[in-house]
Amino acid sequence: MKRRLMSVLVGAAMVSLAGAPAYAQKAVKLSGDMVKIGVLTDMSGVYSDLGGQGSVTAAQMAIDDFKAQAKPSWKIELVYADHQNKADVGSNKAREWYDTQGVDMITDALNSAVALAVSKVTLEKKRVLIDTGAASTRLTNEDCSPNTVHYVYDTYALANGPGKAITKQGKDSWFFLTADYAFGHSLEKDTSDAVKANGGKVVGAVRHPLNASDFSSFLLQAQSSKAKVVGLANAGGDTINSIKAANEFGLTKSQTIVGLLTTIIDIHALGLPTTQGMMFTEGFYWNLNSETREWSRRFFGKHKKMPSMLHAGTYSAVMTYLKAVQATGTDEADAVMKQLKATTINDFFAKGGKIREDGRMVHDMYLVEVKKPAESTEPWDYYHIKAVIPANEAFQPMSLSRCPLVKK
Amino acid sequence: MTEIFGIPIQAFMGQLMLGLVNGSFYAMLSLGLAVIFGMLNIINFAHGALYMAGAMLAWMGLNYFGIGYWWSLLLAPLGVGIVGIVVERSMLQWLYKLDHLYGLLLTFGLALILEGLFRDLYGVSGLPYSIPEEFVGAYNLGFMFLPKYRAWVILASLLVCFATWFFIEKTPLGAYLRAATENPRLTQAFGINVPLMVMLTYGFGVALAGFAGVLAAPAMQVSPLMGSNLIIVVFAVVVIGGMGSILGSIVTGLGLGVIEGLTKVFYPEASSTVVFIIMAIVLLVRPAGLFGREK
Repeated sequence: MKRRLMSVLVGAAMVSLAGAPAYAQKAVKLSGDMVKIGVLTDMSGVYSDLGGQGSVTAAQMAIDDFKAQAKPSWKIELVYADHQNKADVGSNKAREWYDTQGVDMITDALNSAVALAVSKVTLEKKRVLIDTGAASTRLTNEDCSPNTVHYVYDTYALANGPGKAITKQGKDSWFFLTADYAFGHSLEKDTSDAVKANGGKVVGAVRHPLNASDFSSFLLQAQSSKAKVVGLANAGGDTINSIKAANEFGLTKSQTIVGLLTTIIDIHALGLPTTQGMMFTEGFYWNLNSETREWSRRFFGKHKKMPSMLHAGTYSAVMTYLKAVQATGTDEADAVMKQLKATTINDFFAKGGKIREDGRMVHDMYLVEVKKPAESTEPWDYYHIKAVIPANEAFQPMSLSRCPLVKK
Repeated sequence: MTEIFGIPIQAFMGQLMLGLVNGSFYAMLSLGLAVIFGMLNIINFAHGALYMAGAMLAWMGLNYFGIGYWWSLLLAPLGVGIVGIVVERSMLQWLYKLDHLYGLLLTFGLALILEGLFRDLYGVSGLPYSIPEEFVGAYNLGFMFLPKYRAWVILASLLVCFATWFFIEKTPLGAYLRAATENPRLTQAFGINVPLMVMLTYGFGVALAGFAGVLAAPAMQVSPLMGSNLIIVVFAVVVIGGMGSILGSIVTGLGLGVIEGLTKVFYPEASSTVVFIIMAIVLLVRPAGLFGREK
């Protein structure tokens, strides 16, 4: 406390001495004399197109842009690592970063199992985790933490959009193909809840191991269930292979396939002929407006692919974090978190985004439908936006929160 | 409806069929491994990567040069085989006298390099490769809806497996090969060019992997990781069948595909583990594998 007071006093003295614009002069008291940001992601496995190098690129862009706009007097450094989708590897890396490398904030952290482990380490070490990659709602419910922000999407948001919209269209019996780990279970549960809340029923589910090489067996079970909708509660390569097999086995003729975590990366990998007509929720689409196009084209120039919602979210998260450090003049976690929760996020990624008490960043989500090949006018032009799901409906309401931090 | 163990018979038959399809891939890949191990004593860890390379070559051929599926089925294995021959001549041939471990390390390294290369070029999500027009559609077998392409996979792999077995076990050239395996020095003394045979064997073994890769391209997503997801299971198949046993690898490949398929119905969570459980049991009871001979 005394040190904080000192730094404020010194800062005040410097401002009065120089009299120049405040943002450049505010005394910033940093651990290790710099802000260090770590991108912890899957660099080579099934989710590496979703996050991976693209997230590193996005974080670097945010740092470069921040330096150009705010001209901070302090240094910003970026490190990244591959957590190999293993919770133990991820939490060990986070521990090492926090203990010996002076990392202040970790971002991306896709894969729910990894995210939950890293969130615990972050709380213990009193740093900040802005998770842009994981999906499990546990991060802001049972396992919520005062040092964790869940930024881009979660299984509730993904499940709620299609769960509601599609069930209301009369496609009211669902069968789930679920990846057998924290994320898949969470996604299945949240979608089931949405389906039941809207008068539908769940006729069955099959749990498959992560990275199963063949999905035809599981799809055959989905087919024989006679459910009207087959929900794919998996991600990345697993979703891609499921959709491909669903086409081959003719499921698409009689049943509606709904990807519960499908992104533009999957659509690009499968092509429009295979995916046309699919519906799902996205947190970001590059072709929404001139602002998103401008940033995405810049990203494309560096990464040679259009951004996923994780990439756009990682940029936004790093930018928001750096601004919070600038505003508070410290990288001390409590102060930064307090500032983050007081900020309204307005950039190309989120309009009027707010970080709630439970750590959930709420912003608009989009219910999209994949275009027919003939409707697509340029590369990566893949979606019709069917509905904008407003921030207050997209995410789990605070009244249902199971987070101990939330006072009711 | 008739049921077997609480599962409708239709679903049961369907799963059997799918198990056969997957088993065909296991059989073809483990066959290549078995041939290579039998002749060269090399545990070829690069097999999965070369399978992936086969699929990738088919995709590249189609997208860069307009080469269709049927030509790919011939050219991609040829390309993979040539890569294999270059690897054998330039690197592997120096390792035969050394411990198995060196061959394993070298081929494992090659696999990582190959996968890394394609991952860097194309990313992990993979690339679309559509089913050739002749095979669009499906047969209605009464108990299931079998895509024509999957039926073709079973047929093609059975043909290739049988041809390989016939060639090695029943032809004079195959007899030389087997002789060269038993006693290379003596065989060479009879005027047979053993190094050449070894080279061609490795080329052929990996070409089989390339062929399986092309077969897999339309059915699965062509992606740099497709090989590493499969190869561990294939190694287990080889171990269960007996290292180096040709018939063993074919039969166990198909058999394990079926067992895995059925596990997907009864207890899907265990479907990625069941093969290894069987491997552990087989190693306890018959350490040389089901069809292997103790040396």
